[in-house]
Amino acid sequence: MEHSDKHTPHLAHHFGEMEQQRESAKLGMWIFLLTEILLFGGLFAAYAIYRAWNPDMFYNAHKHLNIYLGGINTIVLISSSVTMALSIRSMQLNNKKRTMAFLIATLLMAVVFLVIKYFEYHHKFELGQLPGKYYTYTGIEGTNPHIFFSIYFMMTGLHGIHVIAGMGLITWMLRKTMKNTFSPEYYTPLEMTGLYWHLVDMIWIFLFPLLYLVG
Amino acid sequence: MAKETTHNIPHIVPLRIYLAVGAALLILTGVTVTVSLIPLGGWNVVVALTVAAIKALLVAFFFMHLLYDKKIFLVIFTMAVIILAIFITLTMFDTMERGRTNPEGARPFKDKAIIYEEKKAPIQKPDSTGETFEKGR
Repeated sequence: MEHSDKHTPHLAHHFGEMEQQRESAKLGMWIFLLTEILLFGGLFAAYAIYRAWNPDMFYNAHKHLNIYLGGINTIVLISSSVTMALSIRSMQLNNKKRTMAFLIATLLMAVVFLVIKYFEYHHKFELGQLPGKYYTYTGIEGTNPHIFFSIYFMMTGLHGIHVIAGMGLITWMLRKTMKNTFSPEYYTPLEMTGLYWHLVDMIWIFLFPLLYLVG
Repeated sequence: MAKETTHNIPHIVPLRIYLAVGAALLILTGVTVTVSLIPLGGWNVVVALTVAAIKALLVAFFFMHLLYDKKIFLVIFTMAVIILAIFITLTMFDTMERGRTNPEGARPFKDKAIIYEEKKAPIQKPDSTGETFEKGR
């Protein structure tokens, strides 16, 4: 106990050493990510079922999504994942300034993502390409194209909520970094935020082709 | 690169690996967009999902450190993928095949209901019990 107090102020009493503590935190985070995968899994199953039932309608409806905006958002989110990974790496190398710079870059790209998403949503609201009974658009051939937009808004909406949550976490990490909470020995919250952010990126990696590319 | 310390500092991934993985992800995005513009029938969705799976694995192994961390985290991730695969596969077997024994159940219960009749008449799809996943393109 006495040696850990000297070197590692962040070591909680019930852990033997930093490595054990770090790995316990990571285990919990991965189990949470598992539930996240299954949460989105339900929506992916809904997508698969309705696409199987209405392949032509899905194909016609997906052409109304903007492939350029979706593609730019994919690039933005992948780049933000890179900067997130680099911010953790900078903290491992004890470079606080670079950690903060990369976190800010990640945050800015998350903002860009949401702004683009806003324009996409706004466009669809104007046209009445909305879920369920709010659907008023008439330009898509096929039975009940509102189903496609229900699924589109549910999947991208839930993903968008995750992006917003991730932005909150990144802001919090930025604050913690500023307050010198982290060091190369202790940066677990930063690493957990990174895992979460990469998962959000990973989900978009599937959403983009399924919704924008192949419908 | 990193100063050698005696603490249990986890593996620090070299910068060039992060950049290379990032570049690979962007290139694969370009590939998937390009291929989606070529009509390949049912293969479009296969290619799209394969490329997406490769991208997801790159993110998981390098950005999420599954390659470097204890294997227990890889086991949890694999479990999530397997559970999801079972979930979606069995659901799709039911969705696609239940019409064989119960033709009335082959399509959604309210499939015939057109919710927006007052609008320009949507084209009614013929009742297609044998419609396959690939037919959409």
